[in-house]
Parts: sequence; C-alpha cells; structure tokens
Amino acid sequence: MIDRDQVLHVAKLARLKLTDDEVDRMAGELSTILAHVETMNELDLEGVDPTSHVVDLTNVLREDVPRPGLTREQALEQAPDAAEGGFRVPSPGAT
Amino acid sequence: MSEELLNLTAAQQAERIAAGEISSAELFEFWRERAAGDDLGSYLWVPDEAPEDAGTLPPIAVKDLFCVEGVPSTAGSRILEGYRPPYTATSVRKLQEAGARVLGKTNQDEFAMGSSNENSGYGPVQNPWDRERVPGGSSGGSAAAVAAGTAPWAIGTDTGGSIRQPASLCGIVGLKPTYGAVSRYGMIAFASSLDQCGPLTRDVTDAAILLSHLQGRDPCDSTSLGIAGDLPLPSAERLDGLRFGVWGMEEPGLEPGVGEAVNATLARIEELGGETQEIELPHAGHGIAAYYVIAPAEASANLARYDGVRYGPRSGNGDLTSMYEQTRHDGFGEEVRRRIMIGTYALSSGYYEAYYGTAQKVRTKIAQDFAAAFESVDFVVSPTSATVAFRLGERTADPLAMYLSDYYTAPIPLAGLPAISIPCGLSEGLPVGFQIAGPAFSEAGILDAAHALERSIGFEGVPVR
Repeated sequence: MIDRDQVLHVAKLARLKLTDDEVDRMAGELSTILAHVETMNELDLEGVDPTSHVVDLTNVLREDVPRPGLTREQALEQAPDAAEGGFRVPSPGAT
Repeated sequence: MSEELLNLTAAQQAERIAAGEISSAELFEFWRERAAGDDLGSYLWVPDEAPEDAGTLPPIAVKDLFCVEGVPSTAGSRILEGYRPPYTATSVRKLQEAGARVLGKTNQDEFAMGSSNENSGYGPVQNPWDRERVPGGSSGGSAAAVAAGTAPWAIGTDTGGSIRQPASLCGIVGLKPTYGAVSRYGMIAFASSLDQCGPLTRDVTDAAILLSHLQGRDPCDSTSLGIAGDLPLPSAERLDGLRFGVWGMEEPGLEPGVGEAVNATLARIEELGGETQEIELPHAGHGIAAYYVIAPAEASANLARYDGVRYGPRSGNGDLTSMYEQTRHDGFGEEVRRRIMIGTYALSSGYYEAYYGTAQKVRTKIAQDFAAAFESVDFVVSPTSATVAFRLGERTADPLAMYLSDYYTAPIPLAGLPAISIPCGLSEGLPVGFQIAGPAFSEAGILDAAHALERSIGFEGVPVR
C-alpha cells in the first residue's frame, strides 16, 4: 500500500505538484497498480540475468568529425523566456 | 474519381502517379481535403496547401510524436503546445526522400501512454466503425485516419502495442518492427528500450513498402541496426510447411466472438498448408506487470526534460523549483502524471531492485520463452486484443483495466520482436485483429505469411468511408 506521505515524497522526487485531491487519488491508484506489478514476485528469478536492452550491441562509435549543430537562435527559438542569448528562469532562491 | 481513389491501396495510387493517370499534386490535394474534413478527431494538424513538390508517393499521415521541422509536434501533450521542432525525425525524412509528403499530424495518447487515445491532451478520437467506441491507442489517430479513408497510409509507434492494438480495433494492418530495425531519432521518447516506429496501412503490401523505406541504420540512433538482406514485396499465396504456435486462447478475458474469428483464421492457416499447434509462453502472463514497471521507469527519466525552460508553456510564479513543479502539473495529463509517479517510485532508493530489477529479470524470462517457442515453430500467433473496440469512457476510471488491454501485445516488445496485426473478421460488427510474431528481423517472413492470410480472409474495410 502507498500512503499519502509516500506519494508526496515521490512527487517531490519527480518535481510534480499535486493537489490534495490528486494525492489521495494517486495513493489509491498506485496501490492497485503496484499490487498487480507485485505478482512478478510469484516467479522464481534466482540466477536470472536482467535485460536492460534487447539488441546485443557494444561500443557503437561514429567518426569523430565536427559537424554543425543547432544555432543559438534555433536552440532558443522555442523557449518560453529567452533573454540575452540564454534561457531565463526564476531564481532558485526567489520567494 | 474520389470514390475510386478511396478504394485503392497506397501502392495502387503510386502506380497511377507513375503511369501519369493522376499527378501527385492532385493526389495530395485530394487527401489533404479528406484529412481537413475529418470529423473523428484523427488529426491535430493538416497543412493549408499542397507542398510545391508533391513527391512521387501518396502522402503520409504521421503520428504527432514524430518531430517534423517547422510543423507542430506535441506528442499529444499540452506541455509541448505550440512546439515546432528545428529538425525532422529520421523515419519521416526517409519517407520524404522516398517521395511521400506529410499529410498531417495524427492524434495520439499523450506521450504514447494509453490504449484508447482518450489520454490525448487535445481530445479523444472516435472509431470509424462505431463513433461511440475508441480507436485504440496510442496511435489511435493514425489508425482511425487509415480506416476512415482520411489518409492513404500512416506511421505510428509501438511501445507495448500502440501500433498493433489500434490497427486491430480499427480493422487495418499494423506492423511493429524488430527493435533496432527503424531509427528512433526524432521520435519524442516514451520508453527508449521499447519504442519502435512502424506502418499502419490498408493492406500488407503497403506496410511492406513503408517498412522498406523506413528501415536502416542511422548514425543518429546508436541502437538502430536496420534489417539485413532484402525486404522483397510479400507475394506468398500459401503457407506450406510453416508452423504456427498458438498462444493465449484460454485466457479468461478473451471475448468469445474474438476467439471465434481467431479460430477461423487458424483453420485458414491449415487450409493454406500451414500447421498450427498450441504453445506455452509461461511468463508472458507477467508481461503487463513487467511492462508497467519498465515503461514508466524509462518514461519518468525521459519526461524529466519537460520543465518549462527550453520549450513549451511555463506556469507558476515563485522560485525555480515551484516553477518546475507547477509547469509539470499543468502541462501533463492525468495518465502521464500517474506513470511518472509509478516510474519514479520504482526507481527510487530502496525499491529499485524489488521493482525495476525484478521486471528486467521477467523480461529475460519472456525473451527466453519466445526463443524456446521458435525452436519448434516459425511464428507465434494470437489475438491482438482480447476484445473488440470498447466504448469511450468504459475503461478510463480503472487504469489497471486499461493496462490489461495490452495483454497480447506487451510481451513482444519486451523481447524486442517484430509482430503484425491483420484484420481477420468481425465480432458484433467490429473488427478483430490477428497477431503474427516472429524471431528478431523476420519481418520478410511475417509479411509473407500475413499476405497469404490476407488473400484468404478477404477482409473488407469500414463500410462507410
């Protein structure tokens, strides 16, 4: 079971604001989903290697030659608040 | 002319262009008007006019999550509202180079998270067979557009079933290629170890044509390999000597009408000279559990980039952290927030091994199940979906019930394998999909088998286009 405090902790890790109602609903929904997920524990997985990737590839390299990337203007064009050639954001310490 | 064009496959339309019977500009305008007149909610963007060079192939409808330079590309999310990428996805660029122009951007579940298209930030899509039902998801707009005749063909992406399940529910063909067959560069990422691009089409030949243009190694996606060898157009009429392993016909959730249509298809396989036998995939039943750890975990990392700094709208007025938190609350829909929470929880300190580590081991077991099956059969077949298209709103209140919609489709991408869904009949007047999966990079064989079955089934599309 996931309780309110756990939901709030995870939401903080995910940088996600939730309203009070949403916290309660999320606690119930996550509990149901995780109960299903935990059916995996019925399996004997002793000694099984985890799969992180299905394609057996190692060290895929490309030639180390310079090529043009996005220009500064292109990179800033979609920003909600671009200023002085950069992305402007609120101060981390603002109140 | 219009009636006639609607009855042609994309390949047949390309022949008309090549024969000089219709210009590609006329054809584009015909489809552009069809797309602009769509009233199912299939499209999020359609161009105002034909491009100067209309190419040599019929135009293609593109799922919204493919970046197309200068064209709105939001992945169905409000958090990317107004975003116009400065570059084009490799898959779309390759289709453009082959001669297909972008007909429009199709609606989808937000960030491809959903099985009904009801999680789009821009409204649901209606199923052209019955407007009170869902088209499936997450590539619901692409599937509905092809089925309804507002696009000649389309591309989508499949992570846990997002091409095959909507193809099944809309009565069209949908192919998920082997992981690594097609570049993921420029696809707005959901779960990077699972996501693959593939075609949604009227018939198997059109799917093969699109795959032949899409596949290939791409320096911009280090996980892409391409398909070695030729990818000839499918031509098989028979299935002599081919062995089909049948999976999942005893599942309690399987609707009787779906089971009947699938059984009739198994009988056709025998008529065409193929063999069918029941097989076990002992761990596939845990596919949904593993999938709903792995996909949300990867998504929670991929979606960290949406923070109101570089693109999309921004909300909140306070310090930096509260801006992040408010922007993400306002921009993400309910299902996306739920998956970010599941994924973050599964990756958090103290839970990583119990959830993510376990899910990755289940993934190994599922891949081993398929490998064992392919020692005695050439293909693994099943229903694509346990049910026909369900009603709008029917599963939205119960996230787990919605997740179980992917029961037959999710194990396959966990093993990285290719699979196709072809329409195989009707149940209660709604289409049923038949899924054919094969070993990695066996697309040519899957397409050939699907082609032979398609000829035998003779499925007719949606009655009213």
